[in-house]
Amino acid sequence: MIVRILGEGQFDIPGEHLGELDLLDARLQSAAEAGDEAAFTAASQALRDAVHRHGAPVPADALVASELVLPAEDTSLDQVRALLADEGIIPG
Amino acid sequence: MSILRRLAALFRVKANKALDQAEDPREVLDYSYTQQLEMLQKVRRGVADVATSRKRVELQVDQLQLSAGKLQSQAQQALGTGREDLAREALTRRSAVLSQVGDLQGQEASLRAEEEKLTAATQRLQAKVEAFRTRKETIKATYTAAEAETRISEAVTGISEEMGDVGMAMQRAQDKTEQLQARAGALDELIASGALQDATLPAGRDDIQARLDAATAGGDVEQELARIKAQLPATAAPPALGAASPNDQPAAAAAPPEENPS
Repeated sequence: MIVRILGEGQFDIPGEHLGELDLLDARLQSAAEAGDEAAFTAASQALRDAVHRHGAPVPADALVASELVLPAEDTSLDQVRALLADEGIIPG
Repeated sequence: MSILRRLAALFRVKANKALDQAEDPREVLDYSYTQQLEMLQKVRRGVADVATSRKRVELQVDQLQLSAGKLQSQAQQALGTGREDLAREALTRRSAVLSQVGDLQGQEASLRAEEEKLTAATQRLQAKVEAFRTRKETIKATYTAAEAETRISEAVTGISEEMGDVGMAMQRAQDKTEQLQARAGALDELIASGALQDATLPAGRDDIQARLDAATAGGDVEQELARIKAQLPATAAPPALGAASPNDQPAAAAAPPEENPS
């Protein structure tokens, strides 16, 4: 599965690690719903770590859309909310 | 739907919209390519702006470090002439200058990190734009309605996501740069006002130095006066002077003058 970390590019994750990503994704989701900034930051970082650990960088000249997009490092819960609330924020 | 899937979908919105609106999907290829070239130019300018800003901060750090060194030697000079008050003031300012240096160095490091990320993102985008151009020509040359839509959609959404990502990275870098520029501007004003001492001022003078010089010069004047008085015949001393201050001795006059504590 192709996953993008904003600001870092795309990674290809082998199928056997998707369960781990799903688990962390669910943790991120519940942290966001609870408005728990600390838990959100921790889950977000754990996701990026997992992608770095298991993923292989996608070649720069590959043209492929990502199935999952992870927030960049230092992205707050509010910033992610703003992003989801307004598609106009994304340039390009 | 999970946040990560929603974010991914968000990045596809623009590409999908363009594809839906086009009567012939091939139109989107050229349109998208034009946008990609514009984006590449913008990002390259963005990298250059960040670099300029970072260099300005480095320059300020150098200036402030010069000031700190100067304040240190002023403190030593002041202690040498017995002016502990001036030495204390110089050292107080020096610690303010050093704390500014610390802050600026932190900001400089974070801007450097943004600059590196943006440079890497620019290289990724460049490679993708090149790949897109090749793919675009191939698709056009071998166009069959059946396969074109999928292939065009793949290529366009793939690169559109990259452009969105690079655009956001550029926005982050620009925000940081603006904050830093505001800070650098404020610091320039502070330096110009003399509050943090600017060692690069043309004359290299400032109030601590002026007062030190005054103290030293004052001492010289008194010493010279005392020396001249000592050479005068005792009878030649004007009676008015002795009457005004009977305890006045040349040794006392040679001591540094009292200065009103500021």
